[in-house]
This record gives sequence, structure tokens and C-alpha cells, in this order.
Amino acid sequence: MKIVEDLLNHSRLALSKAITAVENEYDDAVKIMTEIYPHTGNAYVIGITGPPGAGKSTLTDKLAKEYRKRSKTVGIVAIDPTSPYSGGAILGDRIRMMDLTADEGIFVRSMATRGSLGGLSQKAGDAVKLMDAFGMDVIIVETVGVGQSEVDIVKTADTTMVVVIPGMGDDIQAIKAGILEIGDLFTINKADREGTDKLNIEIEMMLELNPEHVGWRPPINRTIASKGEGIEAVVDSIEAHKAYLEETGKLSEIRKARIKNEVTAMLNDRVNRYIDKNVISTDDFDQLVIRMQNRDIEPYSVVDDIVGKVLK
Amino acid sequence: MANVKVLVAKPGLDGHDRGAKVVARALRDAGFEVIYTGIRLTPEQIAEAALQDDVNVVALSLLSGAHNTLFPKVVELLKEKGLTDVLVIGGGVIPDADIPGLKAAGIAEVFTPGTPTSNIVDFINANVK
Amino acid sequence: MAFEQIKAGFDKYMADVEAKLEKAPERANLAPNRLYTPMDLGENFDYMEKLGFPGEYPYTRGVQPTMYRGRFWTMRMYAGFSTAEESNKRYRYLLANGGSGLSCAFDLPTQIGYDSTDPMSEGEVGKVGVAIDSLADMEILFDGIQLDKVSTSMTINAPASVLLAMYIAVAEKQGVSADKLRGTIQNDILKEYAARGTYIFPPKPSMRLITNIFEYCSKNVPLWNTISISGYHIREAGSTASQEIAFTIADGIAYVEAAIKAGLDVDAFAGRLSFFWNAHNNVLEEVAKFRASRRVWAKVMKERFGAKKAKSMMLRVHTQTAGSMLTAQQPNNNIVRVALQTAAAVMGGTQSLHTNSKDEALALPTTESVTIALRTQQIVAYESGLADTIDPLGGSYYVEALTDKIEAEAWEYIKKIDEIGGAPEAIAKGYIQKEIQDSAYKWQMEIEKGDRIIVGVNKFQQEEEAPKNLLRVDGSVGKLQADKIAALKARRDNAKVEETLAALKAACADESVNLMPYILDAVRAYATEGEICGVMREVFGEYQPHTTL
Repeated sequence: MKIVEDLLNHSRLALSKAITAVENEYDDAVKIMTEIYPHTGNAYVIGITGPPGAGKSTLTDKLAKEYRKRSKTVGIVAIDPTSPYSGGAILGDRIRMMDLTADEGIFVRSMATRGSLGGLSQKAGDAVKLMDAFGMDVIIVETVGVGQSEVDIVKTADTTMVVVIPGMGDDIQAIKAGILEIGDLFTINKADREGTDKLNIEIEMMLELNPEHVGWRPPINRTIASKGEGIEAVVDSIEAHKAYLEETGKLSEIRKARIKNEVTAMLNDRVNRYIDKNVISTDDFDQLVIRMQNRDIEPYSVVDDIVGKVLK
Repeated sequence: MANVKVLVAKPGLDGHDRGAKVVARALRDAGFEVIYTGIRLTPEQIAEAALQDDVNVVALSLLSGAHNTLFPKVVELLKEKGLTDVLVIGGGVIPDADIPGLKAAGIAEVFTPGTPTSNIVDFINANVK
Repeated sequence: MAFEQIKAGFDKYMADVEAKLEKAPERANLAPNRLYTPMDLGENFDYMEKLGFPGEYPYTRGVQPTMYRGRFWTMRMYAGFSTAEESNKRYRYLLANGGSGLSCAFDLPTQIGYDSTDPMSEGEVGKVGVAIDSLADMEILFDGIQLDKVSTSMTINAPASVLLAMYIAVAEKQGVSADKLRGTIQNDILKEYAARGTYIFPPKPSMRLITNIFEYCSKNVPLWNTISISGYHIREAGSTASQEIAFTIADGIAYVEAAIKAGLDVDAFAGRLSFFWNAHNNVLEEVAKFRASRRVWAKVMKERFGAKKAKSMMLRVHTQTAGSMLTAQQPNNNIVRVALQTAAAVMGGTQSLHTNSKDEALALPTTESVTIALRTQQIVAYESGLADTIDPLGGSYYVEALTDKIEAEAWEYIKKIDEIGGAPEAIAKGYIQKEIQDSAYKWQMEIEKGDRIIVGVNKFQQEEEAPKNLLRVDGSVGKLQADKIAALKARRDNAKVEETLAALKAACADESVNLMPYILDAVRAYATEGEICGVMREVFGEYQPHTTL
């Protein structure tokens, strides 16, 4: 395929168009992904999440610059929520990364959730693979950590970083329940604000209580991203986590699990679509529903019946 | 599912972003995916952002009078980058006499002060490729 | 008359009206009540506490005892375009036609500290104002204008120190000492971050430059207004009247705090602080806004900062009619809008006024349209009777109630901003920008839904021909300025330039040093504005905006 050849030859236009194909589910999307798959698996993937207003895009901007200093190319996938009312979205991350446009070693793509977070997880994953095949050394996926599905997107990363800020009051409780346990490292951004020490202690305490962290104790870094302070230490921590994963063989485990998850999701998606098209949307199925409503038949044998036919 | 993506940008040094921000919000409320890039951008930055986000529309706003220089430059750079199917529109304090020249340079439409945002939405829906 | 009687009469009136009117016309800009009575002032309305007398605390009725019975406001027309030569002609024309002060508009490269030859300046040179690259341009700009005879306002913010230094240097060459200079620099960086966009440096060095100017001028240029704390652009960006004065006074509080922190005595500099309001379309709301703003500032200075001098508590204000309210459609209607806005500013008690020209929604104004705008002020001053008595609307039930309401809303915002940690922090968090944007969006949607009528835009439209005779600044200005810079660099003492710039750079790095003398030295050596700001950029870095939608 021409677009894949161009992409592998570092055409930024081809990369961009390929991501669009995936995002909009164009007909050639599957073919593109099939052809680039052998060229993937080389990039290191970092997930960044945290509550709204934590300064994630500014931090991402600064991390990208730090990686460039270390001679790494960087891809960024920045995800923003779609408005449930209009279906539109303000993709607000790019504004903090405008000066990255001058650097050919960086490619930033904004994506809207478009109301289908499950599907988004796959689309974002595909965008990562396309940037990977393009030759980006490091790929950062950034999203607001407000819902479980958005958390799932970053969970697929090699290293996951949770960004928090002081002064969120009781919100820490909500974060505790949602995203705190997924962090391989924590960054307290806007650390010149009051409450930084208290927040640090709270995170420490939570890590104490969490038995999962054997072998790797998530470090807590402090940054003031807007001033570029503390960025080197964060990248050092990411690199340390990477080294730990490589040495212990856990990187291979994570990636194996990721592939398994992806394929499972793809399978589920395919089966769902097949059933939807060939079963749910048929007149026969409507008739079955009416018969169930009249208690002529019961659903359990209907399901057995359909599954028997579909998965034969 | 293909959504229309619009880049709203202010080239040049002009800081008057009231119009650009109102338009950005109105486009969001009309169901578009909007990337607002802020003020004081070079045409190169705008064109590169348009490339990376593969937008369908680039909406430029300028009130300083530098439109005859900067709008055509954005169009030129988009073409250079191979973005041939992007709809470029402009708005701001732009005298009628300048509009034919801007259109000849590849600006599809120019919206002057007082234009309802719904006109911009309608124009995009009718002309986006 | 007893309140009970008024109440009974009012209730009867309202019942009659309700019965007669099937449906009240609903528009977004209507006053909350149909009719105002003494009840809206409250039974215990305290004249001395709320109003007092002109020239007396809390200055609700005006800052001077005589107001326009002494002399009219300064009719100060904002002008500048293309080259210094062209703008000089316009200034001389305005002074010859009864303009009583100058107001310089600079182009965007000048406002953002770039020379005309900088790649960032492409397409912008001479467009929204005059291009000034060095003292040489400034000498031409004021050629034939005696600087001890005229007061000059300069709309310049981030590089205000540089342009003020150039003005002082031009005066030196005319043999006029700095203590004779009268005028204003805008010098208000906080509203640049929040609403106008011509910032250069981050907040900390910017605040240092501002306090350096306060200090330098208090000793050397004592008649100069060192800052014009501006609500104008906040309003232009879409704020309401209450937000305009609230956010601006919050900025003012931040400047006073910074100066006190830098070791200045409040009464040593506060008398030179001035303000800048917008005169918008709703005449009575605007009048109330002006009155409320004086009351709020007087209380802030007296109660919060313990100012002792009366001058420190006076909110002196320059006003400009609202540029964003000019319509590109049926531009002659703008003459009427500007006349009403002028009426509002005058009844509000402004100290100086710029009136916009009818064609400014389309381009920079022609000489003809500027003349009409100036004549508008003269007609209001001499013919309308609005300037015959001080604070003519004082005591109006509606205007007093509205003044109280705007004041209360302003205090509410100031309290909120205090809680966030002051104006700089509220801007850093995007709070002020968000409030302004929300108001701007609401306004636009009201127009689109027809809840707010703009004549000629969403009602009473008509087919019209494209306007002719617009002023055009052609692209050759950039080339002209580039030639001038090249010639300047060939003839000036470049070793001296290097030396003064190196001294400035060293001074920038030491926070305890006042930068004004160093900037003045570099200006005198004909260093360009881009070179001077370039040195400061190297040390201070550049501001990264916080933009949200």
C-alpha cells in the first residue's frame, strides 16, 4: 500500500492520514494496520493521566522536549472528551504544545473520545502503533483520568504516570478509588502550591497500603511544569521504571498481556458486530422477542440456540 | 464515524481573540471537533498543526490588517505539505476590497464583523470535503 | 413622604400596568425593573456615605471639585499608523483642530518588542499603529511638537519602559527636562495576559519593570501617569460592565501590593495611578459603572492600603468609546453610537476621552472620519448641556440603584479573586479569562437568538455598497523601516550600543537594580527596541499563556 510505504519512509502526511483512516474507520484501515504490524513493537509507550486541570498537557510538552534533548523522537496522542450534548469537542491539548510543531522529531495527534470509549481504546492503540511504525522512539498517550474506560487507555502503556496537584481537597478520595493504584510513578505538578507536602504524605500512605507494589516502589516526583522545573527527574524515573521492567522480564509480560487484551477486544468487537448485524437487527429476532414477551419461549434456550449457530 | 475537524488559529501578532474563541465554542456546539491554537502563531506552526491533526478546515482570524500577507502564506504552506483538500476560511477586520484577492489566493470564504456564527457553521457543512 | 405611601402607590401602579400589558418585551439588555422609586435606594439612603461631594471621598460624584465647570475633559484622539512621518502629520492636524492631548497607537511589533525587520513582524509593520524601531523614529514622531506643551498618552505595555525612555530622550533633545513632561503610559501587563495579548515577559520580571517605572518617575518624571490600569480591553474581550471594573480594580490592587512590597510608600506613587474605561452602548449602565468604580477604588485605597492623601484615593480615568460596538454594516450609524457613548462617558465624569471613528470596524480611520469623532466630543461639550452641571444623574433612583448593584457585583468578584490569591494568580489559573469568555459567548448567542438587537446587524439590515475611501497601509512600510534600521546601524556608534546593552543585561540579572537608567542609556545610544527587548528576553524569558475555552 502506498500510504504504508510513505509512512515507513517518514512521510508525516502519510502518518496523519493513516491515523485518520483508523479514527474514522475507513475501509482501508484494517489493511493499513495489517501491513504496518510487522514494523511495530519498538517504541516505548508512556501513559499519562490525572484529573482535569492537573497540567497534563503542559507536562507532556515539557517531557517531550526533555526526551528530544536525550535524542529520542516522540509521538504524542492527546485525548479529550467529546461533549455529550453536541457531539463536538474542544481538543485543548495542542495549545500547550504549539512550539513542538517546529520540531520534526515530534508528532502530536489530538483525538476526541466520540462517545465510544471502548472503541477509542483500540483507536488510540492503533494510533500508537502507527507512530511506532513511523519510527518514534517514545510515545506518550495523555488522557483525563475521569472514567474507567479512559483509565483503560493509559493502562495499556509500558509505564503509567499519574499526575496530581495539591489543593484538590476531598477529590483525593475519588482519585484514590480510581486511578491511584495504576500509577507506576506519581508526579505532583504545580508543586509550588500550598498542600504539596500533605499530598505527598497521602500518596505515600496509600502506597504503603497497596500490596501490589512488590519490587517496584512508585516514586513521587514534584514538578512545576509551567516553569519547566523537575522535568529531568520525571524522565529519569520513567527510564528507571523501564530498566526495572526490562531486567525483571516484566516488560515482556506487560506487552504480552497488552496483545492479549487487544486481541480479546478485537474479537469481542467483531463478534458483537456480527451478532448485531446477523441476529439482533433481523426480523426473525424481533419475532423471537415477541414470543418471549408472550412467554411462549424463554430466553435461555434462545441464547443457547443462537450461540450454537453463530459459534459453530 | 467521520467527524469534521476544525483548526481555529490566529496568525501574526494580533492578540484580539474574542472572535476566534466565540467561533471555536460555537463550532463545538455545532458538533465539530475544534482545535484552538491560541494567539501569535507563525503560518508554519498553523500549517504543521493542521497536518498533524489532519483537519478538514482551517479557520483563521486576524484583526490587525496583516491578512493579505499571512492568510495566503498559510494556504501556500498547507499545499506544500500536501494538504490539498483543506477548506481555509478567514475572519476579522477585513475590508471588502481585499476579499477578491484573498479568495484568489485560496481562502474559500471571508467572514467580516457581525457575521452570525451559524453562517460559518452552514458554510463549513456545505463546503467541507 | 413616608415609604408606606410610596409602596402603596407603587403596588397600584404595577397592578394597573400588569393588567394593561399582555406581554412585556423581553430583551437581554433591559433593566431588571420597569420603574425605579425611592424604595430602590432604601429608607436609610445616606447621601454623605454613598455620594458626598465632587472632589470628596468616596468621589462617587467626581474626582475634582469643579469638574467640567472648571475645564472640559481632555479630548485625546488615539492615532498612529504607518511610519513616524505619516503619524506626525496626523498629530499636528489633531492639535491644530482643537485636540487637547496626543495618544499614540503603536504597531504590534513595537508593542511586542520586535524590530520591523524581525521575522515575527512580517505583515504587521505599521498596520495597527506607528512603527517605532529606535529613538530616531521617535524624534520624527514628535517633530515640531513641544513636549512641555502637550500631554501624551502612549498605549504601550510590555516595553513601556523603552518607549517612555525614548520620550524622555526626545524631550532632552528639545531642551525640555523630564519633570515638565505630562502624559501616560498604559504599562498594564496584567490585562495583557487576561485580555489583550501583547505581553512579552513572565509576570515576575514584568511586575519588576512596572515598579521600577513607578519609582523612577516618582523621582524624575513626577507629572507622569505611570500606569493606566485598563478595563477597556477586558470589556472589548466581552466582559460585562461589572466585570470590567472588578477585574481592573483587582489588577490595580496587585500593582499597589507589588509597589508596596518593593518598598515604596503608598502615597508616593498612588496619586499617579490612572484608569481606563470603556464607554459602551447602554448609556445609564455606563454612567453607573463610572460612579461605582470611583467608590470602590476610594474604599480600596483608604481601607485596604491605608492611603492618607486624597489623590491616592481618586480614580482618575481615561475613556474610549467601545470599538467592539462599531458595526461594519451601515457604518454611518456608528456616529450615533459614538455620540451616545460620549454622553455616557461625560455624564460618568471621565477625565479624558477618545472617540472612535465610524469606519473602524473596517479599517483604520481616515482624516475625515477622525474629524467627525472629534467634533462629536465638541458638540457634547459645548452644545448638549450634559457638561453644564456635575454628575447630572446623581440622585436618579435608577442610576443610584444601578450604581449600588454594580458596586456590589464588583466587590463580589474582588472577594473571589482575593480567595484565589489575587489577580496574577486568578489569571494564571485562567479564572478571569474564563469569566470574560463566558460573557462574550453569552452576548453573541443573545444576538444570534434575537434577544439582543444590534441595529443593522440582526435587525433593520439593508443592502449596501462596499464603503469607499478606507485608509490603507501598504506593505512598503516594512521595507521603509528596514532601510531606516540599516542606515541607523551604519551611522550610530555600535560599540556604545554594545556597551549599553551589556550593562542593561547585567542589571536585568540583579533584581535589586532599577532598570530605567540602563534602558535610557541604551535608547540614547540608538539601540533599537528589538535589541533592548531582546536582551531582556534573554534574561527574563517569555510568558507562556494560559488559554482555555
